[in-house]
Amino acid sequence: MSAATPTYAGTAGAAARGKVGIWWFLASEVMLFGGLISSFVISRLGGSAHVEHDHLNVTVAAINTFILLSSSYTMVEAYAAAERGDRRGMRVFLGLTVLGGLAFLGIKAYEYTGEITHGFTPWAGTFWSFYYTMTGLHALHVLIGVIANATLCLGARLGLERPYRVELAGLYWHFVDIVWIFLFPLVYLS
Amino acid sequence: MSHASPTVTAVRGPHEATGFFRTYLYATDHKMIARQYLLLGLIMAVVGGYLSYAMRWQLAWPDTEVPGFGFVGPETYNVLVTNHGTIMVFFVAMPILLGSFGNFLIPLMIGARDMAFPRLNALSFWLLALGSAVVLVSFLVPGGAASAGWTGYPPLSAKAEYTGVDWGLTLWLLAHAIEFAAFLLGGVNFLTTIVTMRAPGLGFGRLPLIIWQQATAAILFLLSVGPLIAGAIMLLMDRIVGTGFFLPERGGEPLLWQHLFWFFGHPEVYVVLLPALGAVLEIFPVFSRKPIFGYTLVVWATIVAGALSFIVWAHHMFVSGMDPRLAMPFSITTILISVPFALAVFAMIASLYRGSIAFELPMLWALAFLAMFTTGGLTGIFLGSAPSDIYLNGTYFVVAHFHYTLISAVIFGGYAGIYYWFPKMFGRMLGTRLGQLHFWSTLVSFNVVFFPLHWIGIAGMVRRIANPLQYDMIAPHQWINVVSTVALFGLVASQLVFFVNFFVSQLRGRPAPANPWEATTLEWTTPSPPPHGNWGEALPVVGRGPYEYSVPGATRDWLPQRTGAAAAEARP
Repeated sequence: MSAATPTYAGTAGAAARGKVGIWWFLASEVMLFGGLISSFVISRLGGSAHVEHDHLNVTVAAINTFILLSSSYTMVEAYAAAERGDRRGMRVFLGLTVLGGLAFLGIKAYEYTGEITHGFTPWAGTFWSFYYTMTGLHALHVLIGVIANATLCLGARLGLERPYRVELAGLYWHFVDIVWIFLFPLVYLS
Repeated sequence: MSHASPTVTAVRGPHEATGFFRTYLYATDHKMIARQYLLLGLIMAVVGGYLSYAMRWQLAWPDTEVPGFGFVGPETYNVLVTNHGTIMVFFVAMPILLGSFGNFLIPLMIGARDMAFPRLNALSFWLLALGSAVVLVSFLVPGGAASAGWTGYPPLSAKAEYTGVDWGLTLWLLAHAIEFAAFLLGGVNFLTTIVTMRAPGLGFGRLPLIIWQQATAAILFLLSVGPLIAGAIMLLMDRIVGTGFFLPERGGEPLLWQHLFWFFGHPEVYVVLLPALGAVLEIFPVFSRKPIFGYTLVVWATIVAGALSFIVWAHHMFVSGMDPRLAMPFSITTILISVPFALAVFAMIASLYRGSIAFELPMLWALAFLAMFTTGGLTGIFLGSAPSDIYLNGTYFVVAHFHYTLISAVIFGGYAGIYYWFPKMFGRMLGTRLGQLHFWSTLVSFNVVFFPLHWIGIAGMVRRIANPLQYDMIAPHQWINVVSTVALFGLVASQLVFFVNFFVSQLRGRPAPANPWEATTLEWTTPSPPPHGNWGEALPVVGRGPYEYSVPGATRDWLPQRTGAAAAEARP
């Protein structure tokens, strides 16, 4: 290599690479939740997972659904703010998204507590096994999203923001939302 | 993607000499990571080979002390089969064929400076290293390592009481979850790199075939592993939390695991096979000085086979107790999938036809791949068809079949690639005399180990039995087990020849020119080994397809893909 300092140029920018990468990652996530949800559906159709949503708190879960969907709205606002270079708006809306995620997790923990104290533990039957595994795996994804958004929010405070990362985190956050939109009717309503 | 876009982002600065830690441990350079994968794969191959040695000894001379291992017996034998299988597939085949070849070749063949996400790449490798460490540690915990078969079928695997293995099996599951995460992130990296970072002029129709195969393998893995991760989570929950997903007495369904496992398991076969096929497809044109026959045909065959691989999985389950009405559709899709592979094989043979073939070492391995893979593919037809599979299922015929397919991919395809790209990877030539010895002894001993296993399988010897002499119907055929085991000693000894050659050639081999094989693809226009950043100041520009050999009217019998002065300089 020559002694001169070469400008290392990829043919696509970091934002484009990030977006392609996150979409491939989400494709694999679709298959992960798809595998789990189809297992649940097949077990139900086969009769081995009797739904016991009489013992689930549908009202609280509906409120939780509303909170999670609202956090998707604040995520979009955070991205819009990032796009127009509004750093304060980006921080505020990312912060609200983090709060929404934390509220969802808190309410989910409250639900789990109620169910477990009534004896509906993960080993109380196939339905409960699926219930805890599916919602638990989803909650883990919410937690990862909260950490990602909080990192971006704090990074923006320190002046480290890269606006395209808000878009990437947003894609992930909306995916986590969509999974819940499948889980809520499947587990609580049908 | 549009090359016209004026947005050019500086990715990173010049790479200066760095310390030991940055160079060898926290390396983000794709070529170093490729070498790390190769070394890890070879180390794990020694472990997997050692297990197979103890296993074969036990089969030939049951319940005798195995030299260098100790007494085996039935329980340890289960540990051996289980871990031999998973180590060879997940910690040898994938690291070498995807991890090493993919990381080394993708940026070099598409004219990029590195992978799209270099730090994610390092994370993938170190996750794999962690997974390998967890597998090795699982041998040391109380109760020993996993022993529920490489497929980990419940209920056997779902409760510690059933195998007597508690932590060993849990760690085994965990190690594979880590491995899946590593290759999932690796696959995202491969695909992003191929989609966004191709050099100017390198359209998809000009990609070397191995890049197509690596991309297809990455997509297959990405889309098939999710359900198995879901299954692994459920199995871990059964073992640790006490749920009953797969336990009939708690209302669970053991067959569900088999569906989730094989939904991944069959695409996984092609995840391993396709990169090896790709390496062979790169080698044939170079050593027969002819373009590949039917480039577009091979690309479509790859894509169609990949798509079909998602709807053949239940052919592993014909005798599992699933709904028998499923047997016919899955037989049909399975027979159907042999069509694209047959097309690929015929394209390979047609590429050789009337070429001026040079029997260099990479070419020998590639030709052996073709012969051995075709043999393994033919026995697959008997197993894909439900009527004959009902007899052959679970016998040594199956063992022989998948060793012919997987060993042709990992050993013959893998060595073809290693012998071909070794000069580029390490800057020196592999010794030919030891290489010849390695090739011929491997080819002969491999066939003596595995071909007779077809016979003993047809005779009725089933898999995973620790002592064949206990069964009157198999005992008369015991000589086959002895022959196979003795030949295995030869197979192991041949690999020692390779290890000596591999390490000695890195230190003392003849320095390699930039393009020792007079090949056309981009990687041969860089020095051997390529410097950090690969291309100096300017990215290469691609002017033509990857297999321009013996072009009528050209002054020499190959035209490099790269246009301009740099290509002319790189002439050997």
